Amino acid sequence: MTKDNCKKLVIDIISDIAPDEDLSAIKPEIRLRDQLQLDSMDFLDIVMELRKRHGIEVPEADYGQLASLESCADYLTPKFAAKA
Amino acid sequence: MKQTRIVITGIGLTAPNGNSLTEFRQNLLAGVSGITTIDVRYMGRHPAGMCTFDPLKYQKKKDVRIGTRVGGISIYCAREALADSGFKLDESDKSRVGIYLGITEHGNVETEQEVFNISQFKYDTKFWSHHHNPRTVANNAAGEVSLNLGITGPAYTIGAACAAGNMGLIHAAQMLRLGEVDFAFAGGVSESPQTFGIFAGFKSQNALAVHEDPTKASRPFDKARNGIVISEGGCIYTIERLEDAQARGAKIYGEIAGYCVNSDATDYVLPNPERQAQCVRKAIANAGMTVEDIDLVNTHATSTPQGDIQECLAIAEVFKSRSTPPHINNTKSFIGHTMGAAGALELAGNLPSFDDLIIHPTINIDNLDPQCDIPGLVINQPKVAKRVCAILNNSFGMLGINSTLIIKRFAA
Repeated sequence: MTKDNCKKLVIDIISDIAPDEDLSAIKPEIRLRDQLQLDSMDFLDIVMELRKRHGIEVPEADYGQLASLESCADYLTPKFAAKA
Repeated sequence: MKQTRIVITGIGLTAPNGNSLTEFRQNLLAGVSGITTIDVRYMGRHPAGMCTFDPLKYQKKKDVRIGTRVGGISIYCAREALADSGFKLDESDKSRVGIYLGITEHGNVETEQEVFNISQFKYDTKFWSHHHNPRTVANNAAGEVSLNLGITGPAYTIGAACAAGNMGLIHAAQMLRLGEVDFAFAGGVSESPQTFGIFAGFKSQNALAVHEDPTKASRPFDKARNGIVISEGGCIYTIERLEDAQARGAKIYGEIAGYCVNSDATDYVLPNPERQAQCVRKAIANAGMTVEDIDLVNTHATSTPQGDIQECLAIAEVFKSRSTPPHINNTKSFIGHTMGAAGALELAGNLPSFDDLIIHPTINIDNLDPQCDIPGLVINQPKVAKRVCAILNNSFGMLGINSTLIIKRFAA
């Protein structure tokens, strides 16, 4: 699992969570909430979908790691790798 | 005491056979059923009435995802009613606008879905959705409308089993008369076919309709009727005090003439024709009318063997003094039982009679049950009336709640 692959999986989830958003130009370094209409319930949806689709748990203390696409990839890629 | 006059100024609806009043009415006059068959979880295919409106007409995809089916139905109906009314909501004090929606039940759909969802994960509740609580609170339908329209006045539902559609209108009229609000969205809504529990419950009661042709499954008053067809739908009216409606030059569909809500206090399920008759009589008295003034009775009859007879007994008793009976029809024969929406939807399908003087029929009567053979029943073909000045609409529900609403043709 590369970081790019990880980003793609996260974007797949976000496209379902926020289906009205244009995700083609997401800037990886910018906070997701600063470029998309996402609220706290949406982030809970992202956490839930990671759990359902990929068996990955994100403890509440680590929610901040999901702030941007880049930080998602940094945080989640080792978790995906551990699953492989 | 002279009552403040309350009038209907807008109608938005979705029914299994129409997504606007025009389409709905055309199909009622043309004998077009809206019943199809659907897959019911754990139960296979059953007749049901499903609506085909476009949820994305008034909602974003994300709101459809997060909200409930009944929330989407409510938003569609409320927006359609608002557009029909011509009321300028955005130029009005939204804290003085109320939303009052009748519901038969709420939360079954969403809870069943979550139980099914966690069943896919060995019943581990960490997979239970954080959306479950806002989806299942009893005010969900009205709350989603308030969010969608930015209305900050009172927005809640009225739980009244299958009497609820009338109750939304009755309660809204009361709030307008009390001066609590200046403009109201009122009616009833239902998402019931999405829950297997209601199908299973009626089946266990031996009250779920079975027919090889789904369009024939809902057949009130017919000898071969064997139960209810469960349907979804919604109908929301905009209603106002007469002087407010006239001041803005609103179109007026009709005036709320009178109503009654009472309770059988006899059984959880079985209706009581004495209390139903009392409800009808009290509504007529509340309207300042006599039985001679009623031109059309829209029945509640749900196509169950016992319930239809009980209502016929009640109606025959109330109108026995009439030399010429009122016209009597039934809308569930076309759309099934839309539960919380039934009273409001069935009324809407009949309101055009004030203008066209046509009574839509009760369809699917091949062999009229002699016990349902009451004078005035309009069977299988529309009938032209000499006069339609007052429509009486019955809606009854479990635990013995009865509601009767009378709408009269508007005359200044």
